[in-house]
Amino acid sequence: MTAQLRPPSAAACPGCLATPAEPVAEAPKDARIALSLPGIHCQGCISAVERGLNAHPGVHGARVNLTLKRAMVEADDSVTARDLIGVLEGLGYEAHELDPGALSATQTDTAGRALLIRLAVAGFASMNVMLLSVSVWSGATDATRDMFHWISAAITLPAIAYSAQPFFRNAWAALSARRLNMDVPIVLAIVLALVTSLWETSLSGEHAYFDAALALTFFLLAGRYLDYRTRAVARSAAEELAALEVPRALKLVDGVEREVPVAELVVGDLVLVRPGGRMPVDGEIVSGQSELDRSLLTGETLPVFAAPGLVVSAGEVNLTGPLTVRASAVGQDTSLHRMADLVAIAESGRSRYTSLADAAAKLYAPGVHILSALSFLGWYLWSGDLRVALNIAAAVLIITCPCALGLAVPAVTTAASGRLFRKGMLIKDATALERLSQVDTVVFDKTGTLTAGTPEVVDLGDFTRTELEVALALAEGSAHPLSRSLTAAARSAGIKPARVTDLREVPGYGTEATWRGQTVRLGRANWVGGAQRTQTAAWLAIGTETPRPFLFTDALRPGAKEAIAGLRAAGKEVLLMSGDAAGPVEDLARRLNIERWIAEALPEDKAARIKALSEQGRHVLMVGDGLNDTAALAAAHVSISPATALDAARVASDIVLLGRDLSPIADACDTAVRATKRIKENFRIATVYNIIAVPLAVAGMATPLIAALAMSTSSITVSLNALRVK
Amino acid sequence: MSILSYLIPISLTMGAIGLVAFIYTVRSNQYDDPEGDARRILSDEWDDHPKP
Repeated sequence: MTAQLRPPSAAACPGCLATPAEPVAEAPKDARIALSLPGIHCQGCISAVERGLNAHPGVHGARVNLTLKRAMVEADDSVTARDLIGVLEGLGYEAHELDPGALSATQTDTAGRALLIRLAVAGFASMNVMLLSVSVWSGATDATRDMFHWISAAITLPAIAYSAQPFFRNAWAALSARRLNMDVPIVLAIVLALVTSLWETSLSGEHAYFDAALALTFFLLAGRYLDYRTRAVARSAAEELAALEVPRALKLVDGVEREVPVAELVVGDLVLVRPGGRMPVDGEIVSGQSELDRSLLTGETLPVFAAPGLVVSAGEVNLTGPLTVRASAVGQDTSLHRMADLVAIAESGRSRYTSLADAAAKLYAPGVHILSALSFLGWYLWSGDLRVALNIAAAVLIITCPCALGLAVPAVTTAASGRLFRKGMLIKDATALERLSQVDTVVFDKTGTLTAGTPEVVDLGDFTRTELEVALALAEGSAHPLSRSLTAAARSAGIKPARVTDLREVPGYGTEATWRGQTVRLGRANWVGGAQRTQTAAWLAIGTETPRPFLFTDALRPGAKEAIAGLRAAGKEVLLMSGDAAGPVEDLARRLNIERWIAEALPEDKAARIKALSEQGRHVLMVGDGLNDTAALAAAHVSISPATALDAARVASDIVLLGRDLSPIADACDTAVRATKRIKENFRIATVYNIIAVPLAVAGMATPLIAALAMSTSSITVSLNALRVK
Repeated sequence: MSILSYLIPISLTMGAIGLVAFIYTVRSNQYDDPEGDARRILSDEWDDHPKP
């Protein structure tokens, strides 16, 4: 990368920068083009990219966001993303186009911003009120105390009215549905605290809980904000993955190709699919010859020969030659979408799960109300004084209020998700970690999940050097995955290509050339003259000699061995379930030391087997990438898919693996177990504080000082405990 | 105790200034790219004069 060669020149003396900081330029408003820049990492990169983009004719402005590793570009209509990607690649940066439509939700994060401002209002108000309260606790009396209380009230009431709105809204929603949630006791505590404090203040009373009401709001908002951030980060990364696939297709109109959005295609259109491209529609091939990779749909690794007349489905990948397809189904009607609909049927798997927080709220909310009501009644009957009884009921509610409970879960999930994100895992679902911690059975898909989807030649040693030289020369003439793998293997074995002439690729069949006066071919069995086999093979024929096959196996994804060994060491059962033929599946199972495997599983089979396992009381983790896994991913207790998976599979899964490496899976299970343990510990810590403080409150001995101490110390302990997950 | 009539308004004003400043930073997108902003200070562009 060019940037690493250029030292950041101002680094020697960053403090000497006398010029005022650059005004914060907003991301260009009418940015038309969004680019993902996975490789940028430093100041040199930012300057180089921005300078390069701004120098391109037609570009009005470009701004890099290093946190999101993105560039937003404002430019004339004549500038296309492809031009800019070319510019950046010339500078040495990898760039991908992002679909601005799919990104729109993260552009301005209004919800997060509103929550942050509420948090700030509560924080600043509680600082000021705490200042006044400390003066009261340290001995202010009479008129001074009353004045301090009135000032506190003047700050607290508007601050709470603004910042506690999310709680009011949630509590109201729950009450109108005749349910209780965590927000009901919160709102009750806040409101009761304000009412009794106002009443006390107007009677020149000694105790006012204004600071407690604000601190409560502040801590709970902090929990909400952490929770929101975790999900927003996951959502924006997930959106970025989705936005990477810009849905465009090449439509043929009167023999001229035009780039159009996939959504504009209609039945009957002719669509050109280049080698390496994915079928945008269901249809029939009208011209061209090639091979199709169907592994994302069916899990089969052997490419299928494609010629005019073959029916193709959206999602299949064209490997060698350009194909023209007449669309027979588009958009929602494609088989890709119909298969994705299976997900809706299988969705029941996780809706049954009750999160730890919900379980705690279910116990907690009624308990607190009953306790508070009982103390009110008890004191009212015993003393006959409504004011005393109400004060004590408010104290009970405030002291038991779930500051620590509200922070217990989000603080831990933030810490754990952050840890997993750094290892390359994206937690999409809030309860995914809790569910992951219960997993006892792990089901893997084969193609594209355990295997990298790239073939690896296995019998290079069976060929003579001359044969390999010819094969290499032929393989270099094609971009087919088998050829590329053969080229890489032969090159690394130190083979130099033979001198061949008339090299040409026959799309869908292989490559052909003339070598020392005889025809040499590398390609499909029936074209070269070999016998069809179940294993992936490319046949080599030299002149009239009997053709011989190069055999391929699917290369293992990095970290597959470690992940499986780690899961087994943690006492989990590992299964392999694939749509591929029995031979390759058994072979892979043996290589990875997996005892139980199932081959030729249809998508429905996979989901049904997972359901059967769940009915036996197992908690299943499904790891898969294909469309044929989608229903299984949704049916499993928790699911993981790699970033290379189809969009539908990623949507159906709870966790996305961002890198190529599988080894974080075992680690994720471990982190999940520890995170869940911390959450439960946090609940226990919060309970212990309550056990100490509640009797004081019920006995009428609680003061605002005790309430403030209990609230702050428990919240801080819980947060510190959560940090131990990191 | 008359000192309070100065100190209380001062403390309230300072709190309000802090809050307004914070809201301004949030509104003007200053938390959108914390990592990039930390690096941009090392840039030697616009060292001689401010960006026009």
